[in-house]
Amino acid sequence: MKALKLDRNAIGQWLSAMAGERDIYVPAPDGPAKGTWTLLTDYSMPEIKPGVPARPVKNFLFPQPETLLKFSTVPTDPNCCLPSEPEENGRKNVVFGVRPCDARSIGLNALACKADTYYQANMEKNAIIGLTCSQVCSTCFCSETGGSPMGTEGCDVSLTEIDGSYIARAMTERGEALLALAESSGKEVTDSDISAVEALEEKARAGSDEIRNPEEQLRAKDLMELYNAPFWQELADRCINCGACTFLCPTCYCFDIQDETLHGKGRRIRCQDSCMFPLFTLHASGHNPRGQKIQRVRNRFMHKMKYFPDRFGPISCVGCGRCVRDCPVNIDIREVMRSLLHI
Amino acid sequence: MSSTKNPYRPYPARLDNIKVETEDGNLKTFRIVLEDKADREAWKHTAGQFAMLSLAGKGEIPIGIASSPTEEGHLLFTVNRAGVVTTALHNMKEGDRIGVRGPLGNGFPVDTELKGKNIVIIAGGFAFTTLRATLIYMLEHRQDYGKITVIYGARTPGMLLYRDELEKWQARDDVDMHVTIDREAPGWDGLVGFVPTIAGQVAPSPDNAAALICGPPIMIKFTMPPLEEIGWTDDQVYLSLENRMKCGIGICGHCSVGPVYVCHDGPVFTRSQVQKLPIEY
Repeated sequence: MKALKLDRNAIGQWLSAMAGERDIYVPAPDGPAKGTWTLLTDYSMPEIKPGVPARPVKNFLFPQPETLLKFSTVPTDPNCCLPSEPEENGRKNVVFGVRPCDARSIGLNALACKADTYYQANMEKNAIIGLTCSQVCSTCFCSETGGSPMGTEGCDVSLTEIDGSYIARAMTERGEALLALAESSGKEVTDSDISAVEALEEKARAGSDEIRNPEEQLRAKDLMELYNAPFWQELADRCINCGACTFLCPTCYCFDIQDETLHGKGRRIRCQDSCMFPLFTLHASGHNPRGQKIQRVRNRFMHKMKYFPDRFGPISCVGCGRCVRDCPVNIDIREVMRSLLHI
Repeated sequence: MSSTKNPYRPYPARLDNIKVETEDGNLKTFRIVLEDKADREAWKHTAGQFAMLSLAGKGEIPIGIASSPTEEGHLLFTVNRAGVVTTALHNMKEGDRIGVRGPLGNGFPVDTELKGKNIVIIAGGFAFTTLRATLIYMLEHRQDYGKITVIYGARTPGMLLYRDELEKWQARDDVDMHVTIDREAPGWDGLVGFVPTIAGQVAPSPDNAAALICGPPIMIKFTMPPLEEIGWTDDQVYLSLENRMKCGIGICGHCSVGPVYVCHDGPVFTRSQVQKLPIEY
């Protein structure tokens, strides 16, 4: 696969070349939009701080909200109540500066969304240009979840900063085509560039994390034994069911479907939902299968650490640390994972 | 949109006939005809499967398919008025447009595990719908099954579903019908007693048999002991679970019970499968 060495200037030219056919989104700089992803309008290398922005990349794969269908509700309209798919504007995106954890989440969610044509279409629509991590934050734990600060999974192109320049490696055919647009401004990579990247990869592998491949250990454990573990109650006592973790989590993909109508025009939308909320499971009869907080708290962690790996293989957590960073009552998923591994 | 079929897009359909089933007016059976011939021809379901009924502007609800695959040309759904969408549906009239998304879920294994077995159908209240589909399918393929026993109970005679059909089945000699109501009622000369009691009296043999049980959880709970006493085991008992659902295709998370999705892996499970799951249904 193609690889180029790009200095900041060359990145700017590359962004400008890609902007011809795609909208480019980058982590927003400090200011009112901080923490979100913003449309790039001046084509220079954006300042991307260490760690992940508050909003995960899933917002490009599950737009908030996403129109699934639209319909008329005017009774005299012959097409009344006949749903149709919304027209696409055809514009594609580049999501630039995606950290390895976020990039990896796209493929994990795709395991559950194989039959979901909208998710598949959004994967088509959004090209991912990753940026490996030269600095690991205190809340980061990607290596403990099967990822790496140097990871490229889910990226079309992966950038690694070395001495103020970037080694850009195409990881997919789509990435190859995008990187071709940088050919005129970039330089060929040298052997020493490649060995510098390999040295970083080696260093990432040699990290001193105590947990490796938790999914294998967790899959081997008895489901009901984990479910009945004594520590859930203590966690539930602290949790306020605010749902922040689920909205910030790149691998929480649960959603709600709702209909909206205004002046005879309607649409069926989907938006993120959270298993932290009692309404998530409430029956019309009033019965609620997860009516207690402990059931909801437990469901989120069990889904990530046991149900998902049992079904698909890997754990549904990429170690981005957003939930650790932003939980108002300091619940730490790393501790939960350790507790589960010790059962 | 990619060329593969959009799983969220319902088939356009019309309400062909609406029948009030119960004396309280809370249950209606909707006969639905898919508008497009191609959709009608492509539609194939198994007894025990469900579909999403889609009301534009109101939302979708998962409802068991009450018609047997052998009843061609239309679909039946018996719906209890409970929430926003079911209330809107109850207020609709014949000829109105509706959407149908499905069939979804697994259904009863009528053509595999249940073939050649003696069948015991136990239903309470308005949980009889997909069992009606199953019973009709089995009666249409009568030679594929052994003895068929039906135990069906409701609170009052007026709360029994499919009254006309119950009478027809009672008149047949190839199905053993036990229709019961909870308490004595004027004009009722049939069985009186709760479903578990009647199940204990009928005492269907567990030899080469399978039981399909649908009803309120309390009925299922009390029906099991008399069956277990005469030798029934959990892997002979099929249950159909219900949970809140949105996508219907095993993604959105609402109906999950531990590692399984009721919409995708169910709604039909054996009791031994259910026993291994957290009680989140």
